[in-house]
Amino acid sequence: MKKSAINLSFAFLGGLVLLFIVAPLLGMVFSTPLSTLFSTAQETEVQQSIWLTIWISMASTLAFAILSIPLSYLLARYSFPLKNMVLGIIDLPIVIPHSAAGIALLGFISRDTVIGKAAGSFGFNLVGSPFAIALAMAFVSIPFLINAAREGFASVPVRLEKAALNLGASPARVFFTISLPLAWRSIVTGLVMMFARGMSEFGAVVIVAYHPMVAPVLIFDRFNAFGLKYARPVALLFILVALWCS
Amino acid sequence: MLKLTNISKRWEEFTLKDITLSVGKGDYFILLGPSGAGKSVLLEVIAGLIAPDGGDITLNDANITQLRIQERDIGLVFQDLALFPHLNVHHNIGYPLYRKGYKSREVNRRVVELAQELGISHLLKRFPPTLSGGEQQRVALARTLALNPVLLLLDEPLSSLDVERKAEIRRLLRDLNRKGQTIVHVTHDYEEAIALGNRIAIINNGAIEQMGSPQEVFGKPTSSFVAGFGGVRNFFKVSLSKSANSKFKKARVSENLSFYLQSDDDGNGYAMIPENEIVITHDNPNTETPNTFPGTVIDIYPHRFGCEVVADIGEKIFAIMASTQLQAIHASIGSKVWVSFNENSVIFIDSN
Repeated sequence: MKKSAINLSFAFLGGLVLLFIVAPLLGMVFSTPLSTLFSTAQETEVQQSIWLTIWISMASTLAFAILSIPLSYLLARYSFPLKNMVLGIIDLPIVIPHSAAGIALLGFISRDTVIGKAAGSFGFNLVGSPFAIALAMAFVSIPFLINAAREGFASVPVRLEKAALNLGASPARVFFTISLPLAWRSIVTGLVMMFARGMSEFGAVVIVAYHPMVAPVLIFDRFNAFGLKYARPVALLFILVALWCS
Repeated sequence: MLKLTNISKRWEEFTLKDITLSVGKGDYFILLGPSGAGKSVLLEVIAGLIAPDGGDITLNDANITQLRIQERDIGLVFQDLALFPHLNVHHNIGYPLYRKGYKSREVNRRVVELAQELGISHLLKRFPPTLSGGEQQRVALARTLALNPVLLLLDEPLSSLDVERKAEIRRLLRDLNRKGQTIVHVTHDYEEAIALGNRIAIINNGAIEQMGSPQEVFGKPTSSFVAGFGGVRNFFKVSLSKSANSKFKKARVSENLSFYLQSDDDGNGYAMIPENEIVITHDNPNTETPNTFPGTVIDIYPHRFGCEVVADIGEKIFAIMASTQLQAIHASIGSKVWVSFNENSVIFIDSN
């Protein structure tokens, strides 16, 4: 009896948390007429903004995956000096305010930096470009991919890799035919998390590129200029798209 | 073929100490020892998975100590088999063939050939987690054989199999060896070692205790550890001296126990008394043998031939008795009994 009573109270507390997550979203759904949602979806600015968000997030996820997956493998397989520091650095973007991350990135790519000047010499301004948005998205979301992939690689028994080496495979072949396929499920989870997190990023993106407007910035812009009523349909539409994409 | 010279390796809790051994072409070499003796580590050192701290490994007269794992042409079947769970049986077996530059058609032909040889043709499309222990064992063997290894290393290949599967795999391994495959097989099972090996090395605490043919090792064990592995329980280090009865020698085990045996040798050595030659009686049997001692039963274990009785006669001595015999003498733990054995039943091994 005692056990079921405590389970009931746990379920009640858990229910409150679920309600806390679901209630505002449902509130948004119920307060947005379907006709408004359709008309918002037909707006060119909204469509362009959502497409821009999706493709930049996808591109930044894929580009940074190429850099991050090998690093995740090294972190899963080897011990080396300052490994804990490296792990701490990877988690940094999670703990720092995203607007601060945006400021940091801006200081890295603005016109008076080495990178900014180099890009400028080719007639390309990084600030306010899709490239800057991709950097901001990747900066805040990359820990999700690295950590998931690292756990995925760590769960692959070293013995299987040794067996493959013993069967004459080169280390590269072992990585591509054994380690990567066996860690793939975790890597895909990490990719989806990184993509979704990048897509929903506002704080860092708004600092490095207000324009072109990605969906979270557009929602903020509509809210700022026209108020809640006008921001809500865009927000709901973007939530639906984000859920569908993930 | 394979020569290990003074191989040493510090590994976690123990150390491999100066392992020197050689395996001839076509040998079925057994490394026999208890769990944690260092057998598997030694196997992984030979395969190149673990680098030794010192010593040399030569294979067909070439020093391979520093050679990379994938260049050694040594196949290792791991104790846990290490089959790739995401590849079906066909791709598991074919895995080593792609490195050798085989074309797809050749890989298929070779895989089918090996699968037929090992009786797993019907499993080619299945994935390892769906196979039984015996089937997985065959797949692991087929995969390693696809490598066409100069030397095949087997780490406890029969340990997880039931009796029927064990017999099957034993037959298979024997056939492979008969066809010329050199095998080094690690096990803790004495029966397995006897059934398969033509040469045996007993390994304990990271060192080789004894090496030779099964007859040499178990017929003339040089330590109680080796004797114990051979199933000999009554194994004593003795020093022989002449006795009043010139027919027999007096073998001194310790200040608590001396007995008589028949031998032309002198000096130090080992004495073995088969368990079934020990007679335990309630009263003094008053036989002619001087090897009659009063003792106390300190333990009784069930045994496939009845019971194993452990008695203290100054040293522990083990006897096999039928359960009815045990009941007849009313022996239980703590009982006072008489232990006797014939001088001729004691086997002496000269250690000089």
